[in-house]
Amino acid sequence: MIEVQKVNKAFQNKQVLNNVSAIFMPGRVNMVIGKSGSGKTVLLKSLVGLHDVDSGSILFNETDFTKVKQKEKIKIRKQVGMLFQGSALFDSATIEENVMYPLDAFTEFSFEEKQERANFCLERVSLLGVNNLYPDELSGGMQKRAAIARAISLNPKYLFCDEPNSGLDPQTAIVIDKLIREITYEYGITTVVNTHDMNSVFGISDSIVFINEGKSWWNGTRDMLLASGNKELDDFLFSSEIMQRLKPKVEK
Amino acid sequence: MLFVNYYSMNLLFHLGRYFLFLTKIFSKPEKHSVWFKNFVREVEKLGVSSIGIIILVSVFIGAAITIQMAYNITSPLVPKYVISLTTRDTMLLEFSSTIISLILAGKVGSNVASEIGTMRVTEQIDALEIMGINSSSFLVSPKVFAFIFFIPFLVIISMFVGIGGGWLSSVLTDALSPDDYVKGIQFFFVPYYVIYSIIKSLVFAFLIITVSAYQGYYVTGGALEVGKASTRAVVYSSVVILMFDLILTQLLLS
Repeated sequence: MIEVQKVNKAFQNKQVLNNVSAIFMPGRVNMVIGKSGSGKTVLLKSLVGLHDVDSGSILFNETDFTKVKQKEKIKIRKQVGMLFQGSALFDSATIEENVMYPLDAFTEFSFEEKQERANFCLERVSLLGVNNLYPDELSGGMQKRAAIARAISLNPKYLFCDEPNSGLDPQTAIVIDKLIREITYEYGITTVVNTHDMNSVFGISDSIVFINEGKSWWNGTRDMLLASGNKELDDFLFSSEIMQRLKPKVEK
Repeated sequence: MLFVNYYSMNLLFHLGRYFLFLTKIFSKPEKHSVWFKNFVREVEKLGVSSIGIIILVSVFIGAAITIQMAYNITSPLVPKYVISLTTRDTMLLEFSSTIISLILAGKVGSNVASEIGTMRVTEQIDALEIMGINSSSFLVSPKVFAFIFFIPFLVIISMFVGIGGGWLSSVLTDALSPDDYVKGIQFFFVPYYVIYSIIKSLVFAFLIITVSAYQGYYVTGGALEVGKASTRAVVYSSVVILMFDLILTQLLLS
């Protein structure tokens, strides 16, 4: 479980996170939603320590990540997998080498064992026959799947996904969403997904935190989402024409 | 006054961050086998791949220096072999270390800054950090050691090829005879000049990689900023090479 307690973060006097609190449960797809620039990515990067928070606590199973020493931080990070918006695959390495990177760095596996594990992870994300290709030889969706394979290669306890569907067509986006959900349930991972894609929210979320102007504005489940009665959340949800069509049905 | 104050504060900020960056680079690698694999890869990428340009530049400059010396030394009182002696000492003392390092600052420096800068803006460095890997040490320290390891070879190749270029010009032109040229390059040879040149090149190699890596590592934004960082890497490493050339020459030759 990850518990975020009253986290604040400012960049050059601009308050980006303002007393944000949230709980992300294990074995569930926890979603963070909000407009672009609302502070979602900063929150996610703060969770994994890429940004140091100004105040507040981030507890990974009761260990305060913001206060532990670097050695302890690295220990926790080894249990973390992350899927970046742009995949962030190492472009000078093949797909297989990309998946083997964490294994190279942190295990004493033989080359064959690492290869076997890489193949297992690639198979798990349905990427076959691409081991020796480079990232730029794959489509966007395949790159995302390869990035998921890399993220799960060390059996992480926590999986963070920053807008996993950005730049993908709706069908591929559904494939990636399903994959994230399956992996979360299969391995009991605490998954946190940043998104403003409503298909993902209604498709795979188990719990939702709505971030608005750097504050945790609302939290609940997808069933509660449409009838939240929260003005800011409604403005965000029903901003598109398709969602607006959904609104009257709810009101009825 | 405000203007000077801003620039001096900015300089101090970057100097401080540069030294902190150095402490991160030289921390213990996560796994020595991975580090060594990267080291070998960097030797090939930064060192071996630079041999071609070093040979090309050295042979032409060696030949040009010989012709220029012959053009300038016209007195019948000065023996002809002084032309090649001067060519040799120019190559040993300054060209093969400093000028070659300036050329490498352009080739290797821009390569390092753009590679690391692109990794930064495409979140590949963040991905390494999340994996629990010290990204600065993982990415930069193999480059630093690989280039320091290989630059003496480049300097020595440049010395031989440059002096060879001079000999070629003695064969192809009537600047001086090849016999005079060979006599000159053997006359009053000081082996310490080679050591001096190699010591300088080791310092320059360190500066080229660390200054360029620093520029790439802290880049923010997109492709445009990576391009700017790459340009800054070449300019700043060239400036520090020239500064340290002066300092080291005073220290090692005075």
